[in-house]
Amino acid sequence: MSAILPPSERLWWKTPISSQEWAWIGIAFVWAMIMFVMMVYWHINGKQNLSNEVYKTTTEMFTAKTEAFVKENTIRTETEQNIPVVKPNANGEAFLLARLWAWYPILELEAGKTYKIHLSAVDYNHGFSLQPTNINIQVIPGYEHVVKMTPTKAGTYAIVCNEYCGIGHHTMLGRIYVK
Amino acid sequence: MATTYRTCPRTGLQFDLDADKLMRWNAVAGVLWLLVGGITALLVILTRWPAIKLLPADQFYLILTAHGIDMLILWILFFEMAVLYFASSTLLRCRIATPKVAWLGFWLMVVGGIMTNVAIFQGSSSVMFTSYVPMQAAPHFYLGIILVAVGALLGTGVFFGTLVVAKKDKTYTGSLPLVTFGAMTAAIIAVFTIASGAAILIPTFAWSMGWIKEIDAQLYRMVWWALGHSSQQVNVAAHVSIWYLVAAVAFGAKPLSEKVSRFAFLLYILFLQLASAHHLLSDPGMSAEWKVLNTSYFMYFAVLASMIHGFTVPGAIEAAQRKKGFNNGLFEWLRKAPWGNPVFSGMFISLVGFGFIGGISGVVLGTEQINMLMHNTFYVPGHFHATVVVGTTLAFMSITYLLVPTLFKREMIFPKLCQIQPYLYGLSMIVLSLVMMGAGTLGVSRRHWDMAFSGAPFQYEWPGAAYLMMGLTGIFGVIAVVGGALWILLVVGSLLFGKKLDGGATHDKPVPIPDQSAAAAASHTGSEEHVKVPGTVVLAITLLTCFVLYYFVNWKYLSEVWGLS
Ligand code: HEM
Ligand SMILES: [Cu+2]
Ligand SMILES: [Cu+2]
Repeated sequence: MSAILPPSERLWWKTPISSQEWAWIGIAFVWAMIMFVMMVYWHINGKQNLSNEVYKTTTEMFTAKTEAFVKENTIRTETEQNIPVVKPNANGEAFLLARLWAWYPILELEAGKTYKIHLSAVDYNHGFSLQPTNINIQVIPGYEHVVKMTPTKAGTYAIVCNEYCGIGHHTMLGRIYVK
Repeated sequence: MATTYRTCPRTGLQFDLDADKLMRWNAVAGVLWLLVGGITALLVILTRWPAIKLLPADQFYLILTAHGIDMLILWILFFEMAVLYFASSTLLRCRIATPKVAWLGFWLMVVGGIMTNVAIFQGSSSVMFTSYVPMQAAPHFYLGIILVAVGALLGTGVFFGTLVVAKKDKTYTGSLPLVTFGAMTAAIIAVFTIASGAAILIPTFAWSMGWIKEIDAQLYRMVWWALGHSSQQVNVAAHVSIWYLVAAVAFGAKPLSEKVSRFAFLLYILFLQLASAHHLLSDPGMSAEWKVLNTSYFMYFAVLASMIHGFTVPGAIEAAQRKKGFNNGLFEWLRKAPWGNPVFSGMFISLVGFGFIGGISGVVLGTEQINMLMHNTFYVPGHFHATVVVGTTLAFMSITYLLVPTLFKREMIFPKLCQIQPYLYGLSMIVLSLVMMGAGTLGVSRRHWDMAFSGAPFQYEWPGAAYLMMGLTGIFGVIAVVGGALWILLVVGSLLFGKKLDGGATHDKPVPIPDQSAAAAASHTGSEEHVKVPGTVVLAITLLTCFVLYYFVNWKYLSEVWGLS
């Protein structure tokens, strides 16, 4: 008569299901469908969807592209390490490279403009975690991910690395200015 | 094959003595790994507690790798082997198939577990249990895990063999008991899991030996999560089976409907393993269509299955209690439940904590776009401490209060402490999960040594609330460690010093399970009378309400971040 014994009804699959169970199964099913529709709906009407634009790349290729971008658009350098601050064209392209243990370069963007930011890592996995707005994207070596971002508010933002990448992981802090 | 059986005089359970010994050794090995995992948990929590920050960075990452491996893989897998042997040989009252193979599996797992731990503690394998390439560990780190997987595969083979033995020796009539059916679900998913594990870890081992030049980092993550996620489905199937088992033992509860519960287990097999996609929602390498398909069509059917179990388990208890006359109001059946019995209290906290905290947070986290708010934040370990700790670990702990007397033939020592242990551990773990999720919602990263970013070229100051949450994480983490340590002390203490109990008479032939159907047919006429379970309906509706509110609150949060397309 219990769950640790064979079903007492030999033909248990013929026993009807009670209405309360049917009701719950129905409700749970409808809820699952609503959750499905929400994701699709957001792709059509939502303003936060992760881009599908991805290219295979290599350490050399991505480093070269980033260097070219930095060379062309640097407006000043900051900190003792002279990290370049780079201002891409409004609504233009930008590159952000993750490596042990830095986000390179610093970007300066304008609120309300949309940028195509090329993200990749050149050694290990890293995690793009934009704070305090809290957007988190996995950054994987060998993949160049082109993410369109539209900053909403002016301020100084931090890029925390939130994928473990070795002993200096906690020092891997980058910066984005939004003017 | 010559073996002996004994029938436990207290529970009526019949043990094949070969299986009996296998279960005891596997369970004890599991507890020892939990001990190692618990020590690492304390070190992890004391380091993430900003006011204490105990370990230096290199030791922290080393210890965290050990914590993941020893808890998630070793503690859980060893205990699951014991559960599989119990659900087959003991519940079906037959001999265990090929005990020698089962022992081989056991020793492979022991050797593998030690090997991986040696690699970790040598210091060259602080790669976390996920070991994402191209970060490389020592070859014996991977080899150890492979040995553990092979050992576990042998164990599941013995489980299936035992089902065949029971059928052949006709030790039961009709269909498998629901609990055994649930365990079978776990075993089937385990085979898929281990195959995926082989597909990824064997090449990775070869790569660490220098035989293969490169492994694609995205491909690795995809195949690894087919292992990493499906192993969690094994855990869910195992602990749901234990919920049904406890409901049966503590209340004599009968499933509301065999058909519905079995169908829900079947859904796990059909769909849950594919949900591994929800670990890749913020990855570059998969298209949005692939993500939506895998998180909705596949995963939601599995979620549906869990929602069904979440209804039918308490429903079965309510029905059993109402039949006993606890019929007043909505919740007399629950109020009059044996809250002082740790087998029941642990199981019920496991059920509620898993459903309300682990389940809801998991589905929200697994929503394609919302994932970007939480991916790799402290929210993630918050979520899975509600599933694999409150859900699985606490269920295993609670069933142990039953196994010590019946399997180990010892009385539990300090019954008063046994009574409070599930509350201490379960409730502190629930709060721990919540505050971890709170910190994650504010952005705090997982696997991160220093939220002050010492040595970074810039400063970033987390909001004060994030420090508050991390402080609470520290406090409740320590309480949870105390609760877990108490369990280990009680169990080990009972095994060593508990009053010896009579193991029951031994006999050479198994006594088959008497055929129930004859008696059942006499007592009622085919169409089962359904007991109404209004209390469970109220609980279920409460769950759904929390679920819906929390789900949409997160869409609201998402709509406030930068535009992404
Ligand atoms: C008293 C008990 C425990 C405490 C206080 C605790 C605490 C923690 C904390 C704070 C983290 C996150 C560390 C970080 O990301 O920086 C963590 C990670 C983890 N815990 Fe626990 N834990 C406990 C028990 C368990 C148990 C019983 C299991 C499994 C059954 C478990 C499995 C894991 C896993 C798999 C991770 C992820 C490790 C990684 O990110 O690589 N924990 N634990
Ligand atoms: Cu990094
Ligand atoms: Cu990192």
